[in-house]
Amino acid sequence: MKKLFVLGALAAMLASGTALADTSGKKIAFSNNYAGNSWRQAMLDSYGIVTKKAVADKVVGAADIFTTADKEVPTQAAQVQNLILQGYDAIVINAASPDALNGAIKQACDAGIVVVSFDGTVTEPCAYRVVVDFKDMGKQEVEQMAKFQPKGGNLLEIRGLAGTSIDDAIHAGILEGVAAHPEFKIVGSVTGDWDQTTAQKAVATILPSLPDIVGVVDQGGDGYGAAQAFAAAGKPRPTIIMGNRQDELQWWKEQKEKDGYQTWSASIAPGVSSLAFWVAQQVLDGRTDIPHDLLVPYLAFTQDDFEAELPKIPKGGVASHEYTQEDAIAAIKANIK
Amino acid sequence: MRPEMTTASLDTAARTSAERGALARARLLRGLLPALSLALVLLAIAWLNPRAISYFGFSLMLNLAIPIALATIAQMFVIAGNELDLSIGTFVGFVGCVTATWLKDAPLIGAAILLGSIGVYALLGALIHLRNLPSIVVTLGMSFVWQGLAILVLPKPGGKAPDWLLGLMAFKPPFVPFPIIAALVIGLIVHFGLMRTSYGVILRGSGGNPAALGRAGWSLLKTKIVLFALAGLFGVLSGMALIGITTSADANIGNGYTLLAIAGVILGGGEFVGGRVSPIGAVIGALTLALAASPLLTFMHIPPDWQVAANGAILIIVLAARVLISRRER
Repeated sequence: MKKLFVLGALAAMLASGTALADTSGKKIAFSNNYAGNSWRQAMLDSYGIVTKKAVADKVVGAADIFTTADKEVPTQAAQVQNLILQGYDAIVINAASPDALNGAIKQACDAGIVVVSFDGTVTEPCAYRVVVDFKDMGKQEVEQMAKFQPKGGNLLEIRGLAGTSIDDAIHAGILEGVAAHPEFKIVGSVTGDWDQTTAQKAVATILPSLPDIVGVVDQGGDGYGAAQAFAAAGKPRPTIIMGNRQDELQWWKEQKEKDGYQTWSASIAPGVSSLAFWVAQQVLDGRTDIPHDLLVPYLAFTQDDFEAELPKIPKGGVASHEYTQEDAIAAIKANIK
Repeated sequence: MRPEMTTASLDTAARTSAERGALARARLLRGLLPALSLALVLLAIAWLNPRAISYFGFSLMLNLAIPIALATIAQMFVIAGNELDLSIGTFVGFVGCVTATWLKDAPLIGAAILLGSIGVYALLGALIHLRNLPSIVVTLGMSFVWQGLAILVLPKPGGKAPDWLLGLMAFKPPFVPFPIIAALVIGLIVHFGLMRTSYGVILRGSGGNPAALGRAGWSLLKTKIVLFALAGLFGVLSGMALIGITTSADANIGNGYTLLAIAGVILGGGEFVGGRVSPIGAVIGALTLALAASPLLTFMHIPPDWQVAANGAILIIVLAARVLISRRER
């Protein structure tokens, strides 16, 4: 019965949608390997909002979400193979492993399916990778710091989860920024694992051994913890770069109301899933000029606009952004150059 | 207790041919049950997605079932000896990491490592028997050892499967998809070895009634070593098959196999009492699990929030059907 209904709906969609864009009959699947934290939930929400509208507007025929029961690679590989059998035209994927899914991804490509990976990207050359420009984000942190602390001084760096490509990229960007701004000097570095509690402990441990710090450059999810550590140690409050988390922006707001505290905030938006969806749609639309590696901008907030965003972020959550088709086209254009 | 037992044995003695026929039918049903549940899952898939019932469809849906079937056979040997192996999943992951690194770059060293790991499995069997240790504890400990070694061999996901292995797993025979042939070959070889040879009887007996076998003069130490070494051997085959399909490895790649393998053995007609196992049933059980957990779920179009729970529900339904039928036998 339900199947009949779905078929009927599909037939109606096909019948009514043929006059519209080329992709109106295309089906895009989202293969996701994990849904158990706030970032992933926000990622799924953003994706759901954007794709529901895209289906309603008959931009695409269907956009279904599939989440595996465990985080295991073989489960997701099997899932991708099943999506091939289901006859999807494109698969958007947040992969459990950068390499170990390549076999299944290659099978999908061979079956003529467009594969777009993001966040957890895959190395198989036939797939597209939507990668946030973390290196530029790190560099921009120092650029912004130079605005707030024009005289320069000592910086403390908080690193992310060791061994990940994201940590490497942000760190490289920060080093590049410091090289361009010799008035700054990184005098200490701790590992915060993108986690407020870990960051707070790490910063509290290193603080007594450091000279005066004018600024903290970090990777997001660690700014509030760092602020707590400085306050607990009775040290003067430095300029701490934030990472779009609700607790970080809340703290920033409190400080701004108190004495006009200034800083800057940036992180990857979970809604990058919706950008990956639009990239898939663009490829299905017949565009052949899209590079397989797409660097897309991160999501940043400044002194003027962060307060407007704050009420939209759930407690314990992170700011997101639903990307539009125009955003995707602009991002692709920026990468072709 | 005693009077009941007497009645029971009297009953057995006085069993009429009609009753015996009923029992035989129940046995037959039990033997057919794994095949029956597989057929049911296949029917459901055919109804939901007719396109999947094709050469291409079976190749795709079932190729990841081969490593699961091999891991299930490995677990079956351990369960036949009335033990349980909680390390088979991480062991498969470890083998995968060795396959994607050493076996490709230095085949001799890689083969030596894999043979050595089968030796470790044999030693575990000896240790469990000699010290009379609970296998659950020993293998749980080993699961962390294998995981640690896997991360040591391959700290970051990557590596590449040897070309001959890639070629083997991508083999496309005419008419019948490769995974089905592989499943048949695995099932028949193990069935012959364990169910049709005299030493196979001893191996099963060592789990079902160790006291009797011991008194008859068979070495229980040897049977346990052989069972664990066979488990190690099939674990190695499982890891290699898995990497042949995924093409590259990840230290966590096999973690889910431990429980899948146990469920596969039970679904295939095995029991936790030792000695009562069925190799062909185990292979079919593994195929059923692989099909029920992923393709069926994907084709059903369940809302994302419910998919994880639905996966568990399908497994429970499939396993519960087996328990219902095997109860009728008693």
